[in-house]
Amino acid sequence: MIWKKLFAWLDERLSLTELYKATLDRPEPKGNWWNTLGSASLFLFLLQGATGIFLSVYYTPSPDHAYDSIQYIMNNVAFGWLIRGIHHWGATLMVLVVFIHMLRVFVTASYKYPRELTWLIGVGLLLCTLGMGFTGYLLPWDQKAYWATTVATSIAGSVPWVGPFIMRALRGGTDLSALTLSRFFAAHIWMLPAVLAGLIGTHIYLIIKHGESEFPGKDD
Amino acid sequence: MAGSHNISRRDFIKITTAAVGTFIGAAVGLPAIAYLIDPALKSGSTDAWIPLGKLDSFVVGTPTPASFTRSTVNGWEKTVNSYGVFVLRTSETDTLVLSNKCTHLGCHVNWNTDKQEYICPCHDAQFGLEGQVLGGPPPRPMDRYSGDQVKVTDGTLLIHFMGG
Repeated sequence: MIWKKLFAWLDERLSLTELYKATLDRPEPKGNWWNTLGSASLFLFLLQGATGIFLSVYYTPSPDHAYDSIQYIMNNVAFGWLIRGIHHWGATLMVLVVFIHMLRVFVTASYKYPRELTWLIGVGLLLCTLGMGFTGYLLPWDQKAYWATTVATSIAGSVPWVGPFIMRALRGGTDLSALTLSRFFAAHIWMLPAVLAGLIGTHIYLIIKHGESEFPGKDD
Repeated sequence: MAGSHNISRRDFIKITTAAVGTFIGAAVGLPAIAYLIDPALKSGSTDAWIPLGKLDSFVVGTPTPASFTRSTVNGWEKTVNSYGVFVLRTSETDTLVLSNKCTHLGCHVNWNTDKQEYICPCHDAQFGLEGQVLGGPPPRPMDRYSGDQVKVTDGTLLIHFMGG
């Protein structure tokens, strides 16, 4: 009884019921599992955010300590292996799910009027997700991470005219160094997640505004 | 709905979602708590028996310096500290080990053979043969290892180091 009163008090001031109806209780076309991939991507983003925050409790983004701090997380911290394992495999899964989500939207032609902007923002989301994978891959600072980033930044450096500048901007200098590690870390935990969060908010607003598209029928 | 076989599709979805959500939340949330508080659960015990050398190598009645190092591991960082002591065999059977750290501000004291006292180079503190304060600013006698804290195993002198 007290909870009902408390909820009524909050609801009157926050419009929780209206919010619920607009976001979670909106009308849908006939259910289809392929339509759940966007929500799955959102869930993975939140999971990556949570496990990433936990990893930052022990991880140290410096060449002296990055590798050792991860070894410590894996071998000495209770459930460190689990938190890092979820972050590691969640990253791969997120790229996969986001990509299949994009394919579904393409195949069902859901990107057409009035949802072109939703698609364009989705492209931004895909690029940010790949950027998260790219920057996160360097952070363990092992041989695989070091050389993968060396190769990938060299590829960026092969762009005509501005290539060498892009490469120096990515690496924070001519070579991979402590500067590369700390700027990749900053991009991985602050810049890209901030952009992702903003784009996700807009993406979801547009989906709620336009509703989900019907699957094309035989006549389409 | 308890006891009813006519559970609606909507209620089934609601209950399943809540159950799966709770399970995932617990599977990630509980280990996460253990992960966060882990360093607080590890014991910081650093006591150990430290060998200082063969007992025969120390002359009875004369303070002889000895040193040892202890390493502490915090996370992935290892710190090595060295410690110095004076070994004084008060008799053939009894041994007193004194820390060379001045009890005033922690400088290392030296044994002065002429004056037969320990002298701290920082503020001229003076300690007697067995560590008692003779003069200067120290608030208490030199820290000592004696009785249970000293033992001899196979001719080797050991002290029970408690950390710090």
